Amino acid sequence: MTWAVWAPLLAPLLAVPAARRLAEILAPRTAALLLAATAALLALLSTGSLALLTAAGLLRLPVIAEIGHLSATLMRRGNPIYLPIGALAALLLAAAVCAACRAAGRHRADLLRAASTADRHGGAGDLTVLPDSGADAYALPGRPGRVVVTAGMLRRLDAREREVLLAHERAHLRGRHHLLIICADLAACLHPALRGLRAPLSFHLERWADESAAAQVGDRRLAARAVGRAALAASAAPATLRPAAALAASAGPVPRRVAALLETPPRARLTVLRPAAAIAAVLAACVLASGVSALEAADDLHANIELAQGEPHHHVHPFTG
Amino acid sequence: MTDIARRPAGELEAAVLAALWAAHAPLTPPQVQQSLGGTLARTTVATILARLHDKGTVVRSRSGRAYAYTPAVEDEAALAARRMHSELEKGDDRNGVLARFVSRLSPDDERVLRLLLAQTDASRTPASTASTASTRNTASTRKGSPEPRRPR
Repeated sequence: MTWAVWAPLLAPLLAVPAARRLAEILAPRTAALLLAATAALLALLSTGSLALLTAAGLLRLPVIAEIGHLSATLMRRGNPIYLPIGALAALLLAAAVCAACRAAGRHRADLLRAASTADRHGGAGDLTVLPDSGADAYALPGRPGRVVVTAGMLRRLDAREREVLLAHERAHLRGRHHLLIICADLAACLHPALRGLRAPLSFHLERWADESAAAQVGDRRLAARAVGRAALAASAAPATLRPAAALAASAGPVPRRVAALLETPPRARLTVLRPAAAIAAVLAACVLASGVSALEAADDLHANIELAQGEPHHHVHPFTG
Repeated sequence: MTDIARRPAGELEAAVLAALWAAHAPLTPPQVQQSLGGTLARTTVATILARLHDKGTVVRSRSGRAYAYTPAVEDEAALAARRMHSELEKGDDRNGVLARFVSRLSPDDERVLRLLLAQTDASRTPASTASTASTRNTASTRKGSPEPRRPR
């Protein structure tokens, strides 16, 4: 195997901070899509690297080598370190895949439970109202998606603020934002460094929905007030019918959302384009290097196998292992 | 609430139901119309209320010459939901898939937020204050948070 196999495993360490910085500058929608795409790509590439390392280790086992008609002596002539590394990679790979499956199952269970709660209560159109005097509201994806709001939340907002709330949750449903959240969550299971993308992704998805709601009601201040008052209401009277939570572990992002709505629209901020280009270049380089390295490593493994099978290969790679 | 009248039927029903839940007493069609900012025709509101009544989403009672509407709440459903509650509370700290409108506030967040809101309130024009007449609802519910009305 070549050095290239390590690049996709290390790339997230540099790419995650770069993506976070870049997302801060971009408009919410672009930022959210960038974070989700970064998470998905880097997770796939790093998982691919683990798979390659596992394969390279497996090929060193005489049983496997025999099945593949590989010359065991030739394979063993390489760096013997790849057997323990392969074993470690196999363990990590199994753990990552298990964690991803568990997370997927958990999301499914959360959605089913939330849907069964919503099913027990009346609604009209896409709105379901929970008879709870606490304040809470969320988008429940599905076919069709529903906006679930507690009676307590509706009573604490005025008519126009309620309009903001509904528009915000509908923006989540329309944009299928839950898919991006699931995507980032699964990516975080596959590579721990990608965990750092989840919180900014949630934040930018909320900003995206905030901007969309503000555009629909045609009043950014109104949107800011609705978000702020809803947060204060929810904090004063938490809902009791809360299905599996989406709470950020860090300090709440709500004041930042309100402040952002009170600022000029994000598209108007053009002064930050130059640093954005620089950070974007770093991020693109990381992802590109990961992709090229993974391909290179796969090609290298393939070349080694062909060599060990006694077939000529057009590659002139030194047989490093 | 720009051109609410041109929204899909489902969104109109949602807006009407939200207005009924937000109110503290049964509302007549004109009152619903008023609480939605008066952008919908009275006949449209009446049609939506009749449709919601047919579906059993709202219940109505005589109020003078008109009907007054209030959301239908099944006692049984409310109780069943409360029973589920203990199960649903598990694992508050994990990353859920439900996109919440607002997340939890730290004491610092709350202070900053109140400052920001004071700033928006200060710059509110008298016209926009008048259009949000139902703020009285929110002021009165802030403390007590009464239980939803149940049809008897």
